[in-house]
Amino acid sequence: MTSYTVSLICAVGINVILAVSLNLITGLCGQISLGHAAFFGCGAYAAALVMVATSSMPLALMAGMLAASALGIAVGFASLRVRKGFLAVTTIGVNFLFVGIVRKQEWLGGEMGVSGIPPTGLGHLGDMTLIVVIALATVLFSLYVTRSWMGFAFKAVGEDEQAATTVGIGPAGYKLAAFGLGTALAGVAGALYTFFTQFISVDSFDFTLSVMLLAMVVIGGIGSTWGAVAAAAGLTLLPEAIRFVNDYRLLVFGTVLILVIRLAPGGIAELARGAFARGRTS
Amino acid sequence: MYYVELALTGVTFGCMYAMMSVGLTLVYGLLRILHVAHAAVFALGAYLTVLIANSAGSVAVGFLAAIALTPLFGMAIYRVLYEPLLKYHRDVPMIASLGLLVLMQDGFRILFGEQGVTFRDSSLSFTTYQVLGLTVTAPQIAVVAAAAATFVGLHLFTTRTRIGVGWRATVSRPQIAASFGVDPIKVRYLNFAIGSGLAAVAGGLVALMNNLVDPATVTVVTYKAIAIIVLGGLGSVRGTLVASLVLGVVEAYGTVFAGAWLDRDAIAFLVLIVLLLIRPEGFTGARPA
Repeated sequence: MTSYTVSLICAVGINVILAVSLNLITGLCGQISLGHAAFFGCGAYAAALVMVATSSMPLALMAGMLAASALGIAVGFASLRVRKGFLAVTTIGVNFLFVGIVRKQEWLGGEMGVSGIPPTGLGHLGDMTLIVVIALATVLFSLYVTRSWMGFAFKAVGEDEQAATTVGIGPAGYKLAAFGLGTALAGVAGALYTFFTQFISVDSFDFTLSVMLLAMVVIGGIGSTWGAVAAAAGLTLLPEAIRFVNDYRLLVFGTVLILVIRLAPGGIAELARGAFARGRTS
Repeated sequence: MYYVELALTGVTFGCMYAMMSVGLTLVYGLLRILHVAHAAVFALGAYLTVLIANSAGSVAVGFLAAIALTPLFGMAIYRVLYEPLLKYHRDVPMIASLGLLVLMQDGFRILFGEQGVTFRDSSLSFTTYQVLGLTVTAPQIAVVAAAAATFVGLHLFTTRTRIGVGWRATVSRPQIAASFGVDPIKVRYLNFAIGSGLAAVAGGLVALMNNLVDPATVTVVTYKAIAIIVLGGLGSVRGTLVASLVLGVVEAYGTVFAGAWLDRDAIAFLVLIVLLLIRPEGFTGARPA
């Protein structure tokens, strides 16, 4: 396998984890988050610091997860206070604050980022396998949650908080749970990213990424795990696939985004459902 | 004197923020769409102003042409992009809007280059006046005057004219307004036309102020305008004005006092988050209907 293929697989794996975890918060529980990159970044920085200090991969992974979910639960508390439209913007704000503060911190490397992160010792193929395994585990976990009582409660809260309360589902706890779980997974993705690149800089975690991740959830079909997986893979590989139009890449990307949304507003999940239904009736 | 000048800079920026955010507020108030592509509309206005001013040899012609053309584009966005998507989840039109923003931003870069465009006759950008010992530039005066005219005009329009009142009625209670004979579709077009026209003015003024329009102009606008409309209490024009001015001034002082540990662009969001936690309904407490 060429190192190019390995890096593509790693990028897809990491984005799958991010999209699926955002889908837990935004798709299932209905708490729109436009700051997912901040949690990803928080995990990456925590993992990088631990890695530099101890060179221990499991510790770094834990640190990434805990740091991101701590920040996530804090933002979750904000989601209890502010309403939907405001929440979207609060999370944008979290993303900008994260980037704005980290950029000015000397001990976090400032503009230059953290470099010289020791390797995990698994080698590139080993790192890739780790990423793929964790991505698969994330997908399975998400599918499990969707089918569980918690997933049902998430959906209830996402659709109608008052109705959820009437049937005995307290929205506050479930919102916090969704934020905690989703951001913990984003932190894991951040740690994996650190292991894989061995260099992080704050620009990799900016608002553009958050938006891209939300685009994955929406294009996949809001709430659908498999849709998020397909869209994450598609949107990660698309810029690579259209490298022949190198200078016009963003132009093409924007056009594709508009066309996909315009032609299939329900996302990949709805397209698949439609095709399946047609297949059965004919 | 230094602090007075800072305040002046702050107010100028605030006026500019206000003009570019109003379109976003209007669209959010009416349709509940986060109209991210508004930043691209703003950039279009800026490019049109500069390019037409250069080819016509008059800055005034540039402004007028941009004000006439940009609203058409705004209305086209509504017709082509948003109208068919309104019945879906509200994040769906936002993602489409985002696609348009990415597309246009790159389009501008490809068409007009990374370096951007400048006024051929840039004398106006650098004209300065001495007022009470303060140095004021011509674009600063233009920005403040334009903002004042805009907001007074908008106020008169929405309180004194039939169309304006119908517009406000539609924003707060669409069904009831429709039953009183206000055509909601016309209101939407009007909404996009006015918002885009103001964005064009703001774009032209920013171009005049920096004597430059480049692809990066767009990025800053997108995020800051979003913070502003939330600070202002989504959908409230008056709130947007207040929030813009406050933000402009806070930023001007903030960069001086907190620049060491916080980015200028993050200040807006710090203010925003703190404020949202204290007042979850935004600055003015205006509840969007």
